[in-house]
Amino acid sequence: MSENEHSKCRSLLGSLSDYVDGSLGEELCEEIERHVAECQNCHIVVDTLRKTISLYHESAVEAGDVPGVVRERLFRTLNLDDYIRH
Amino acid sequence: MSENKTEISVEALRAGDREEFSRLVDTYSGPIYRLALKMLGIPTDAEDVLQNTFMKAFQHLKEFEGRSSLSTWLYRIASNEALMLLRKQRPEITFSDAAPEDDDNSDYSPVQFTDWCCLPEDEFLSSESQAALDRAVQHLPETQRIVFVLRDIEGLSIQETSQALNLSETAVKTRLLRARLRLREDLSTYYGKRLDKRSKE
Repeated sequence: MSENEHSKCRSLLGSLSDYVDGSLGEELCEEIERHVAECQNCHIVVDTLRKTISLYHESAVEAGDVPGVVRERLFRTLNLDDYIRH
Repeated sequence: MSENKTEISVEALRAGDREEFSRLVDTYSGPIYRLALKMLGIPTDAEDVLQNTFMKAFQHLKEFEGRSSLSTWLYRIASNEALMLLRKQRPEITFSDAAPEDDDNSDYSPVQFTDWCCLPEDEFLSSESQAALDRAVQHLPETQRIVFVLRDIEGLSIQETSQALNLSETAVKTRLLRARLRLREDLSTYYGKRLDKRSKE
């Protein structure tokens, strides 16, 4: 990788979050896409960054509710005993 | 967390309606507990944060002005409680955001370029994989961790995250980017090893 190209990778780093969130301006988006099409390392960084975020997002969806005993203790602490069974 | 399903009435809450408060607790205890668990990593600590959050919410309901949503307000209380507990447990750590919030992301430049996205789906669903995700979050500095948990795990917008943490949107974005890059590095180490192992099998 040439020094020039490397500095390009660095300069785009600050925009990566907005890019993967889809909240980056069109012009910068195109710039990133052009660069990523030619730079294998940045291509991998973008893909694995997206995957990282989606794995965490999915882990939250699967986490489910508060365990029953934790809920019961919470209701008792808040003096909501009457509403434990709903 | 969605507020549409249950339509919690702020008026009823303010009027001291216990049943409405119990509905509030049931609607939001899941996300609050999850946030606390991701922040602290220990179930008993997460339970303390959960209880303190709703106790404080109950005490301060009258002060809720509705400038943010009820959920953002609860996240704000919970985030403060979680950070406070962390500070109490480890007073030697400075939380004054030692890392400057400038544009210099050079310390966060990626160093791992393994493409592990191609791993089979069962690899990502294993409990070992889940534990690796949790470990990586625990390694983040607290100020990045809370931003990441709110934005990427709980799904708040940048604006909601900034309201919940009383931070500028720029600061939220900086911390989020750094957290994401750091997690990507950690996961690249973990899944890179898994990739190696699979190729040898």
